[in-house]
Amino acid sequence: MIIISISVGVIFSVVTALGLIRLPDVYTRTHAASKSATLGVLGILTGTFLHFLLIEDHFNPQLIIAIAFLFITSPVSGHLIGRAAYMSGTELAKETVRDDMKILRKKTEDPK
Amino acid sequence: MMTFYWVALLIISFAFVGLLYRLIKGPSIADRIVALDALGVALVSIIALLSLILETKFFLAIILLLSILAFIGTVAFAKFIERGVIFDRKPNR
Repeated sequence: MIIISISVGVIFSVVTALGLIRLPDVYTRTHAASKSATLGVLGILTGTFLHFLLIEDHFNPQLIIAIAFLFITSPVSGHLIGRAAYMSGTELAKETVRDDMKILRKKTEDPK
Repeated sequence: MMTFYWVALLIISFAFVGLLYRLIKGPSIADRIVALDALGVALVSIIALLSLILETKFFLAIILLLSILAFIGTVAFAKFIERGVIFDRKPNR
């Protein structure tokens, strides 16, 4: 069980790095970073928790708090980065088909 | 078991190097912030694996601390590039 969860964590961390290297623009990179990095670190922390619980017989509540905290805050930070990048005018990838928030950006840039 | 932990640590270190590549090369500021966020998360998993390898439970407080610090740093950077300030002034005083 420890081996399975740590393997899932390692695989998804590698997927995060590959996604950050290969994807074309900021928004797809935040997509890769927020989701797969969350699952990767959750897998590794679950493996650590199970190792300390099953092998060394030591219950550690800090790891549970860390798992819950990362699960809540990592998508939030991904959302904040994407929104800040859009509002500060980072351009989309050239494969983008439609941009529904263009009206909002124009309104923000010049408020009258 | 110990060999498995070492191999996992090695693979995550390679992922860390890949994130460093994006941090150095990234064309915009938001790319670098995304890379820093992912670097903090990868550092958390490296510390978890190190505490498994060294068989100590004293590193586990660092994990929670580092995840909180990474979140606060990311929020501060996002607010900075969105509005130009981090702490808003009070409007009338």
